[in-house]
Amino acid sequence: MPATTPKSAFWTGFRDGLPFLLVLLPFGILFGVTATEAGLNVLETMMFTIVVIAGASQFTALQLMTDNTPTLIVLATALAVNLRMAMYSASLTPALGGATVWQRGFIAYFLVDATYACAVTRFEAEPDWALPQRTAYFFGTVLAVCPAWYLLTLAGALIGSAIPGWLALDFAVPICFLAMIGPMLRTLAHLAAALTSVTLALVLAFIPYSMGLLIAAVVAMMVGAYVETRTAS
Amino acid sequence: MIDKTTIWTVIALLGIGTFLIRFSFLGLIGGRPMPAWVLRHLRYAAVAVLPGLVAPLVLWPAATGGDFDPPRLAAAVATVAVGLWHRNVLAGMIAGLVVLYVGLGLTAWL
Repeated sequence: MPATTPKSAFWTGFRDGLPFLLVLLPFGILFGVTATEAGLNVLETMMFTIVVIAGASQFTALQLMTDNTPTLIVLATALAVNLRMAMYSASLTPALGGATVWQRGFIAYFLVDATYACAVTRFEAEPDWALPQRTAYFFGTVLAVCPAWYLLTLAGALIGSAIPGWLALDFAVPICFLAMIGPMLRTLAHLAAALTSVTLALVLAFIPYSMGLLIAAVVAMMVGAYVETRTAS
Repeated sequence: MIDKTTIWTVIALLGIGTFLIRFSFLGLIGGRPMPAWVLRHLRYAAVAVLPGLVAPLVLWPAATGGDFDPPRLAAAVATVAVGLWHRNVLAGMIAGLVVLYVGLGLTAWL
């Protein structure tokens, strides 16, 4: 069997990333449209997507800004959505931690749900790969999904308000979130965290500046961790 | 209308913060293991925020002025149920949109 070259690992990564475009397609367009509807111009929308490059937190921040939430709480809540990426970072460190600091910088910037999911699965299946193959593979998945994310956002921002009202686009964002949540509920602990989050967010909705959501999130995280320790033993 | 200063502040700080989260272990902490209790909490971060964010949007939709809306609730239930069942984001999304449009169509027609 011929050894995998970095070049072929790169294209394996590219192919592995392609199926994720199906999910990114509605998400990217929708972010562009929603941002434009919230009053952002094309430049602001694109900077948002390029600088942050994390769909769920972009939607979260946008929703909270539309509700006139104070900036500090917008940031805290949106960053909480992205905390899972610290886990991704930790999980890829054994495989990619040996790369140069510049490469690790770019890997970190492009560490999104899709590229992480590809990398963690493939690195486990190919334990013989050395650092050059692994790095090349990761950037292959990046090429498949990340430019598309920018372009889809741009398409959405340009279509913007041309979308007719009967399409009830207001509800497309909740549907996107809910569609992400379903597959996340893998264990009893995840389910407990989600139910706590919903219940407390509704009960605490009277607290101003969306602070109820932040409280709900912190408690829900603790409930998830607690249920995990109880169910694991 | 969102204030321009707010938008740019959020873009810059959310961008920096998100990058630091992603760079944390890869770039700074390296191979040192993270305490188990931290990992255990991080695992539930997304599932602790997103359901709470979306729940009020489902029960009190802005499009109806905050009034409870059966088609939107039905669409939400369908999305989660199909996503949970098929473990597939796209399947959930499609199911939700189908139920939403059928529901809205029926409501308009009745």
